[in-house]
Amino acid sequence: MSTFLLLLLTGLGLAGLYFLVASGLSLVFGLADVLNFAHGLFLSVGAYATWWAATSLPGAGSEGFGFVLAVAFGVAAGAVVASIVELVLIRPLYKRTIAQVLVTVGLSLAGVALLQAIWGADARPFPRPAWASRVTVIGDASVPNSSLLLAVAAAVVLAGLLAFLRFTRVGLVIRAGVEDRSMVTALGIDVRKAFTLVFALGGAAAALAGILAGVQFSVVSPGQGTSLLIFGFIVVVIGGMGSITGTAWAAAAVGLLQQFVNYYASGLGDICVVALLAVVLLVRPQGLAGVAGGAHA
Amino acid sequence: MRPETTASEQRRDERAGKAGVPWFLVRRFVPVGVLVLLAVLPYTSLRIPVLFERPLNAPGSVHLIAICLVFGGLALSYDLMFGRTGMLSFGHALYFAAGGYATAILLDQTQWPLWMVALVAVLGSTVLALLLGSVALRTKGIAFAMVTLAFAQIGAIAVSRNPGRITGGEEGLSLDGHRLPDALVGVVNTVNLYWLALAFVAVVAFIVHRIDDAPAGRVLAAVRDDDRRVDVLGLSPYRYRLLAFVISGALAAVGGVVYVLLIGGANPGLTASDLTLSLLVMVVLGGPGTRWGPLAGGVVFAYLDHRLTAVGSSDAVERLPSVLSGPLSEPLFILGVVFILAVYFFPGGLAGLTQRLGPLRRLLPGK
Repeated sequence: MSTFLLLLLTGLGLAGLYFLVASGLSLVFGLADVLNFAHGLFLSVGAYATWWAATSLPGAGSEGFGFVLAVAFGVAAGAVVASIVELVLIRPLYKRTIAQVLVTVGLSLAGVALLQAIWGADARPFPRPAWASRVTVIGDASVPNSSLLLAVAAAVVLAGLLAFLRFTRVGLVIRAGVEDRSMVTALGIDVRKAFTLVFALGGAAAALAGILAGVQFSVVSPGQGTSLLIFGFIVVVIGGMGSITGTAWAAAAVGLLQQFVNYYASGLGDICVVALLAVVLLVRPQGLAGVAGGAHA
Repeated sequence: MRPETTASEQRRDERAGKAGVPWFLVRRFVPVGVLVLLAVLPYTSLRIPVLFERPLNAPGSVHLIAICLVFGGLALSYDLMFGRTGMLSFGHALYFAAGGYATAILLDQTQWPLWMVALVAVLGSTVLALLLGSVALRTKGIAFAMVTLAFAQIGAIAVSRNPGRITGGEEGLSLDGHRLPDALVGVVNTVNLYWLALAFVAVVAFIVHRIDDAPAGRVLAAVRDDDRRVDVLGLSPYRYRLLAFVISGALAAVGGVVYVLLIGGANPGLTASDLTLSLLVMVVLGGPGTRWGPLAGGVVFAYLDHRLTAVGSSDAVERLPSVLSGPLSEPLFILGVVFILAVYFFPGGLAGLTQRLGPLRRLLPGK
C-alpha cells in the first residue's frame, strides 16, 4: 500500500511537470498554430535565470524568501524571452506555419548552443532549499517534497489558467480565437495581441517547469529542456491540441503510467508512454479532448 | 554539384542551345562528370588552401569529404519526404541510427559476413519504417511531426539504456577490425570507405531522381500540394505518403551502415534529436524539393559543422573577447543563426540563390 501511494504521488509530481511544459505548447498551438520547438529553450532559460539569480542577484538565494525571489526572476525571464521571440521572430512569419516551425527549430539549436557556450555543457548543481530534498510522510509513504511541490504548482497553474480563460475578457478572446480565429478577427478584435500574451504565459509556465525540474533533479544543464519538451509534445498530442483540460488529463495519464511501469520494469515506462500515444492515435487521432477538424479550450 | 531549378534550367537551356549543346545533354552528363571527378579525387594531391588543411588525397581530407557525402545523401533521402512529399518528419535520424546500430550490434554479436550484416540491418530498418510509418501517418502536419519525434526519442532512450549491454550505452559501440574485410580497415584504406560513401550518394541521387521523373513522383508532389484532390482522383494519399516514408527510411538506413563503417563505430549521437533537426536545417539551407539542393545543403552543413569546430578552437577566435569567442566556438550556434536568417531571407536555400543571382549575372559584361 505504501508503495502504491508513493508511486501515485510521485507520478502526480511527474504529471505536474509534464503539464507545466505542455500547457504553454498546447495554448500556443491551439491559438496561433505554432509548433514551438523553442519551448524547451524557455525551460532552460527559466532554470538558468533562477540559478544565476540565486547565486548573483542581491536579496535572492536558495532558501526561504530569497528562493521565491529567484524563482520569480526565472519565471519573469522565461516570459520576457518568450514575448521577445514572438514579437521579433514569429510575428513576421504570420500564417506561414512551416517557416515558423523552422525558425523555432533554429532558435532551439542556437539557443541551447549559446547556453552551452556561456555556462558549459556540463550539468551544474541547482540551488534548492533544504526542505526540497526532504520527504513528507503521508499515510505510510515517504514522499519527496519536490514531487509534492511539482504537483501543487501544476494544480495552481491549472486552476489559474482555467479561471483566466473562463472569467476574463482576454481569456474569452483566446477561447474564441482557438475555436475560430478568422471570425474573431472579423469582429474587429486583434488576435495577435492575444498571441503575444499566450506566448508570455506559456514561456512563464515553461520557465516554472524548468526551475522545478531543476529542484527535482537538483542539477541544471543546457539540454535538459529539450528532452522534457519531447514528453511535452506527447502530452499535447494525446490531450488534443489547444485544450487545457485535455492536456491536464493527458499529463496525469502519462506521468502515472510512466512512474508505475518504471517501478515494475525499469525503462519500459517511456516505451509504454509512446505505445499509449500510438494507441490514442489509432483510436482517436484528434486526441482525448479534441473535436474533429479543430480543438477547443 | 551545382544546384538547379526549373526556372534557371530553362534560361540555361537557351544559353546552352545557342552554344550548340542541347541543355538536356548537359543536364544528363554534368552529374556523371561530377561523379567521375569525385571518384578520381583521391588521386590528386591538389591543395585547396582555406577549405582543407592538407592535400586532397591525405586520409584526413578524404575522410572529411566522405562524411560530408554521407550527410549529403542522408539529406537528399530526407527531402524525398520533406521537400517532395511535404511531410515534416522529426524522426528521420531513427532509421539512420537503426541501420548504423544494427550493423554495429550484428558485427559484435554474430559471426555473419559484412554483406549479410548490412543486408539484415537495412531490411530490418525498412520494416521498422513500415511499422512506425503506418501508425504515424494516421496523423498529418504538425501532429505527424510530434509523433515521429516521439518515436525517434524512444530510439534514443533504448540506446542509452543499453538493454542486455548490446548498444554500449553512452560510450557507443566501436567496430572490431577483425570482423571487417581488410579493404575497409586502417588509415591506408580510408579511400575505399570514401568510394563507398560516394556510391551511397550516387545510389540515393539515382533512386530519388528516378522517383521524381516517374509517375509516382508526380503523385508525391500532388500529395504535397493538395492531398484532397489526389483522394478525389481515386489514389490513396496515405499509401503514397507511406511509400515515400519507407523508401526514405530505407535509404537512411543504408546511409547509417556506411556511416558506421566510415567512423568505425556507432555512438548515441546518431539517435539524438539534434541530428534530425540538423537534417531539416540541411534541406532548408539547400533548397527543399530541388534536384541537387538538399544534397548540396547536407554536404555544406556537415563540412561547416566540422570546420567551425576547428575554427572555434583556433587562436584567432580564442584571442577575441569571451563574449564573442564563446558563441563562435559552438558550431550549432552559428549554424542555427544562419538557418534562421535563411528562413527569412533565402526561402529557396542554396538552389534558390542561382535564381536570385540571375539579374546580377545579366548585368555583367559578356553574359
